[in-house]
Amino acid sequence: MPEPQQQPGHATPVLEAVDLHVEIPLPIGHLQAVRGVSLSVGAGESVGLVGESGCGKSITLRALLGLLPVPARVTGGALLLDGVDVLGMPERRRQRALTDAMSMVFQDSLTALNPVMRVGDQIAEVPRRRLGMSKSMAHARAIDLMDQVGIPDPEQRYRAYPHQLSGGMRQRVCIAIAMSTEPRVMLADEPTTALDVTIQAQVLAVIDKLRVERQLGLVLVSHDLAVVSQTCSRIYVMYAGRVVESGGSAPLLATPEHPYTDALLRSVPDPDAVVARLASIPGQPPTLVDVPRGCAFAPRCTYAADVCTAEASPPELEQVRAAEPHTTACLRHDDIDLSASAEDALALEKEAR
Amino acid sequence: MTSIPAPIPTVTADAPRQSRPGRNYTLYVGLTLFALIVLAAIFAPLLTSADPLQQNLLQARLAPGSSGHLLGTDDLGRDVLSRILFGARIDLKVGVLAVLIPLVVGSMLGLLCGWWGRWFDTIVMRLVDIVVAFPFYVLVIALVFALGQGTRSIYIAISAVGWVAYCRIVRGQVLVAKEQEYALAARASGLPTWRILVRHLLPNVILQAIVYAMSDIVLSILAIVTLSYLGLGVAPPTPEWGSMIAEGQNSLLTQWYLATIPGLCVVVVGLALALIADGLVNQFNKR
Amino acid sequence: MQYALYVLRRLLTLIPVLVGITFIVFLLLKLIPGDPAVTLLGVHATPKAVAELHQQMGLDKPLYQQYLTFLGHLLQGNLGQSYQYRGVSVSSLVFSNLAPTVWLIVVGTVFAVAITVPLAMISANRPGSVTDGAVRAIPLAGIGLPSFWVGIMLILLLGLKVKVLPVSGFGTSFGGHVQHIILPALTIALAQLPILIRSLRASMLEVLGSDYIVTAKAKGLSRSRVMFGHALRNAGVASITVLGVNLAYLVGSTVAVEKVFALNGVGFQMYNAILGRDLPVVQAITLIFAVFVVTVNLLTDLAHAALDPRVRLG
Repeated sequence: MPEPQQQPGHATPVLEAVDLHVEIPLPIGHLQAVRGVSLSVGAGESVGLVGESGCGKSITLRALLGLLPVPARVTGGALLLDGVDVLGMPERRRQRALTDAMSMVFQDSLTALNPVMRVGDQIAEVPRRRLGMSKSMAHARAIDLMDQVGIPDPEQRYRAYPHQLSGGMRQRVCIAIAMSTEPRVMLADEPTTALDVTIQAQVLAVIDKLRVERQLGLVLVSHDLAVVSQTCSRIYVMYAGRVVESGGSAPLLATPEHPYTDALLRSVPDPDAVVARLASIPGQPPTLVDVPRGCAFAPRCTYAADVCTAEASPPELEQVRAAEPHTTACLRHDDIDLSASAEDALALEKEAR
Repeated sequence: MTSIPAPIPTVTADAPRQSRPGRNYTLYVGLTLFALIVLAAIFAPLLTSADPLQQNLLQARLAPGSSGHLLGTDDLGRDVLSRILFGARIDLKVGVLAVLIPLVVGSMLGLLCGWWGRWFDTIVMRLVDIVVAFPFYVLVIALVFALGQGTRSIYIAISAVGWVAYCRIVRGQVLVAKEQEYALAARASGLPTWRILVRHLLPNVILQAIVYAMSDIVLSILAIVTLSYLGLGVAPPTPEWGSMIAEGQNSLLTQWYLATIPGLCVVVVGLALALIADGLVNQFNKR
Repeated sequence: MQYALYVLRRLLTLIPVLVGITFIVFLLLKLIPGDPAVTLLGVHATPKAVAELHQQMGLDKPLYQQYLTFLGHLLQGNLGQSYQYRGVSVSSLVFSNLAPTVWLIVVGTVFAVAITVPLAMISANRPGSVTDGAVRAIPLAGIGLPSFWVGIMLILLLGLKVKVLPVSGFGTSFGGHVQHIILPALTIALAQLPILIRSLRASMLEVLGSDYIVTAKAKGLSRSRVMFGHALRNAGVASITVLGVNLAYLVGSTVAVEKVFALNGVGFQMYNAILGRDLPVVQAITLIFAVFVVTVNLLTDLAHAALDPRVRLG
């Protein structure tokens, strides 16, 4: 797995979210989708955001991009772009600043593309409309981008419509579009989930290549731990709208310090083991309309104790050991011992691929 | 202590806010409005003492608000309000009845087409294509012209043209429904075909047709009003909104209300039925 | 090439429909109670004269033969002779009055689109707002709008109270035509608004909820580029079909609207023919309208396929 390109904390991260809160007003009540998430990504760095469906990772990405879906809004925290808080800016300027610096790749490449427009024109759109290039220059730029993301025969493919391309090819188009704005950070929301395993690897390789070549920051959202462990140097684990553990990929996956991370790792099936049933985490994540008391994972946690729900406010992240960037939100991390067998499970999974 | 899983909000960019779950105001308002109109029509004799056919040239051309004539009188001295109310009887009656036949006939044909298919389906669908090729009003007008003026011709004409929509709707529904499990189960259990069609399939596929019927009643009323305006509908001096508008057009400058009020009545009826139709759709979306 | 095949296929399916149309129009004659010969000659005609006329008109032949003769005449462009105006052929009567109706339909559609698009876009842009509520009220209140009544109201408001526009006839010069067509075309447009607005607004909302709109915004494109270049383009494609289907109603309402404005077009001809019991004219105009609708539907389908690559490329 890739080494961190820089020691965190040494240079100003390109993008930093500090205690971000996002709320979605619904008829049933106000849903606290993101409850105090802090994360950062530096130039050329790749961070992963993992968690099960509904934990708020996709909403977080949208908040980072400044394009939350209409009823949702940011209700607290700061969003720093090169150290400057953009949340204080008027909406237009904020969106401008964020969309200039960042771009996003979606899970479903088919719905992410305009069905009645040729893919080449969609890639050329930003160079033409925002960067002021002439039609032929924009065309050339699009071909160039298609080359960089590994689309064979780009002149031919330029004229294709989205539905005519295969999933992997389409995702490359989406990446090319993302690159057309010359971003500094790429946000990828489950970019490979809808793809075959072999194509997954190719697309991830393209993303990684671009990251290294252009010193792009990468925030990769996934529920697939294997993908994240291969591509990211740091991982944030989210649960119920909060980050419950974060740190370098290797140490975090080898020695998780939060029961949820541990449970996630264990739930990855071992293809060679004889199992009576699949290990899964019992129960369901909480509805975030009524904010749970204390640690949101407590109801499903094997190691839960009274201290976990004693305080109303959710537990803060604290460093596991001094001088290490590994943090956890488990109040009992010192008391409990999450065995190291988790790494074996993950290694076997990776080998099977 | 597990909580109920959150309905992960499918918030998509710029999607309109979900309407509050709860009372279906659209449906209630629509039904109430329509009920009021129908009641006014039924109890017309109680609501007005004037005879809609009674001419009184001394009292002609009175403006609305004149004593004894809430909505004024027309060129021949006939009370406008009573003509409106009695006219409502005809327009509403024809509007509703003229939809029943297409609803029943069209749905039956659609049921058979969807269930059975084969040559029957092909022929009926060709017929549908042909009928649909004619502009609705043009064919209805031509048929009424051919068959002679009067409500009987109107029923025939509207039915001959209107069955098509129901046939399509029900056929589409049946095509989907017959692959559903309950239909397959019914067939597997060896029930006779007609029983399957009527007791199992029909209740499930008819709902869309009924919703459509609501807006079709509006079209029907519009048709009779238009026909009467053109002189093809109800014969004068029977009060009817369309012919009232035609008569009113002659004195548009001086008594603008004569042509305006009947039209507004049609609009209000249309509004009521549109609310009912929308309300029904909301109702079924909640199931 | 695939598009050409699509066009060809569609044309072929037209033929049975066209045949069917002619048959139904032919049947119209047969529906009328009474003997057409007697109608022409009058009640006091002698049986011999009636029998002669029968032979002349071919009414003594079996039905299918009569239909084939009818069809034969049609294909030669012979639409028969008017009952009302002796010696005048129906085709000359009809085609000399085609212009105002064509103007009416074209200008009416242009007005309709010109009003619908901005309203639907504003409404879809701010769902739940007051403007949106107002726009949404239009289909509700408007579904019950009789088109001819709208015309009368327009005459009242814009023609009589405020003498801005002429209220009847078609005018003699090109400029006159333009002036005279405004109110009728506006009437037609307003009558179509409820359906068109509802459809385009719904399409826009659906499209605005798509991921590719988020992609477009993430690209940092201007709001207008997103709305027009991406949203409207997709929503419009879906709405073209609605426009085409609605044209059938629009065409049908020309009969009443032309009567309101005494606009001497094909619809007004139909009205006159009905008053004067002139069956051949009624038949001919019904047929022409039907052929027009079929053609428009075909063109709509072709346009839709041309604009939506998913349809024509499969």
